Amino acid sequence: MTIFNDIGRYLLMLKGMFSKPENGKMYWKEFIHQCTEIGFGSLGIVAIISVFIGAVSTIQTAYQLVSPLIPPSTIAQIVRDTVILEFAPTLVSIVLAGVAGSRIASELGNMRVSEQIDALEIMGINTKTYLILPKIVAALLMIPLLVVIAMCLGILGGRLAGTASGIISGSIFDKGLLEFFVPYNVIFALIKAYVFSFIIASIPAFYGYYVKGGALEIGRASTKAVVVSCILILFADYILSALLL
Amino acid sequence: MIEVKNIKKSFGEKVVIEDVSAVMKAGQCNLIIGSSGSGKTVLQKCMVGLFEPDEGEVLYDGQNFTEMKGQEKTEIRKEIGMLFQGSALFDSLNVQENVMFPLNMFTKDSYKKKLERVNEVLARVNLVDANKKFPAELSGGMKKRVALARAVVLNPKYLFCDEPNSGLDPLTSLVIDKLIKEITVEYNITTVINTHDMNSVMEIGNYILYMYMGNKEWEGTNKEIIFSKNQRLNDFIFASEFLQDAKDMRMLEETGKISNNRNMEELMDKNAPTLVPPPDEEN
Repeated sequence: MTIFNDIGRYLLMLKGMFSKPENGKMYWKEFIHQCTEIGFGSLGIVAIISVFIGAVSTIQTAYQLVSPLIPPSTIAQIVRDTVILEFAPTLVSIVLAGVAGSRIASELGNMRVSEQIDALEIMGINTKTYLILPKIVAALLMIPLLVVIAMCLGILGGRLAGTASGIISGSIFDKGLLEFFVPYNVIFALIKAYVFSFIIASIPAFYGYYVKGGALEIGRASTKAVVVSCILILFADYILSALLL
Repeated sequence: MIEVKNIKKSFGEKVVIEDVSAVMKAGQCNLIIGSSGSGKTVLQKCMVGLFEPDEGEVLYDGQNFTEMKGQEKTEIRKEIGMLFQGSALFDSLNVQENVMFPLNMFTKDSYKKKLERVNEVLARVNLVDANKKFPAELSGGMKKRVALARAVVLNPKYLFCDEPNSGLDPLTSLVIDKLIKEITVEYNITTVINTHDMNSVMEIGNYILYMYMGNKEWEGTNKEIIFSKNQRLNDFIFASEFLQDAKDMRMLEETGKISNNRNMEELMDKNAPTLVPPPDEEN
């Protein structure tokens, strides 16, 4: 029963977000603040993870392709498609669920526990619109951008690792990148990124917004938010792959 | 004026407020007192709309707040200021930004005009040169004063205070009480205060509502409370021997048998000469 109750409250929270802003300028300021927090705040970790994932993909693909019948440029194709289809959107989103998701849950949880949300409500502000909507819209804008950056850096990391270890030359890697390229893969990755962005922002917002208790409960809500977000990301990944590929 | 009519509120099986009615008048400090779990915080939250009462009505100057929806409710809420027990200041904003927040949200005034208003209310709560400090850098008393400044910055018609003196030393509590009292009279605000502080009850309680187990047990003024024969109220208010003595003294004062020569203004004046202990207490 609790799960249905939670789903109901989650849907009501989403419905409650859509109301006329009391002051557009303040909402814009909050949206920009969230873009900075979610986008620039996560850029460093996304960059590091992407480069290393690309590098490891190149080395492990080369390790498995031992047949002399397979041209070395295939390594670049495999790295490209793996990074674009799976690593950049899914892995980066899982990392962001930890980085941005826990921040959103703990920020809202702390605001709830310290009565800051009540203070906003009493001022006559729709707290769902003011606190949750800018986070979701900022995530929908910034996370796909981070995924695109992750794609580029992942492929770059793969190229660097390939040339540095002597597995594949730069020119063959570049040639392989262009072979059998399917632009739809990028569109598919972006569709995934949008769905995951919504999960990354809305699920932690739900757990943070409705937290009850004190510091311990904020920690629990934050952990639960990350776990549920990760599971939903993986579930959505499977559903989208089954439907769209 | 705020009128509460037959408010009932339960959480699951637990009845927290059974049937409470009261009238809170403008320009007065209306106090809700009672032991922990008596339902005073729930009553206050029902009054401001943070909880929906199961039955009954809350009327703000005759307008039924309980039946209002959306924009109508928001309009009333813009006239409400609230001082929370934990101050509820926004951690990421400094003092100036905290106090300016309601102005930014609800007015189209220029920055200069808003800053003037912020400085005016901060001066009113005796906080100068603290504009750029963050909540984490403030003492408990300062936080309460910033929260009070934020609560009154839009000139509200109704002010709610949830345990404004909790966690404060007696002198700072006096300062906060005095400020609330002065602001209430100055702006003719209907002030509703939840408190455990007996000093507040005696000093600023124009109207006192005593709650016991979710019911209205007693109501009256801070003068009437001295002479009340309600056993539960007396047990709650004058719990210690010291408070019993204080009550006896106040009764004698009220009946004119002794005179009260305390000067609270002097007590709170920082420039007043400090009391020098008699020579035998120095060592």
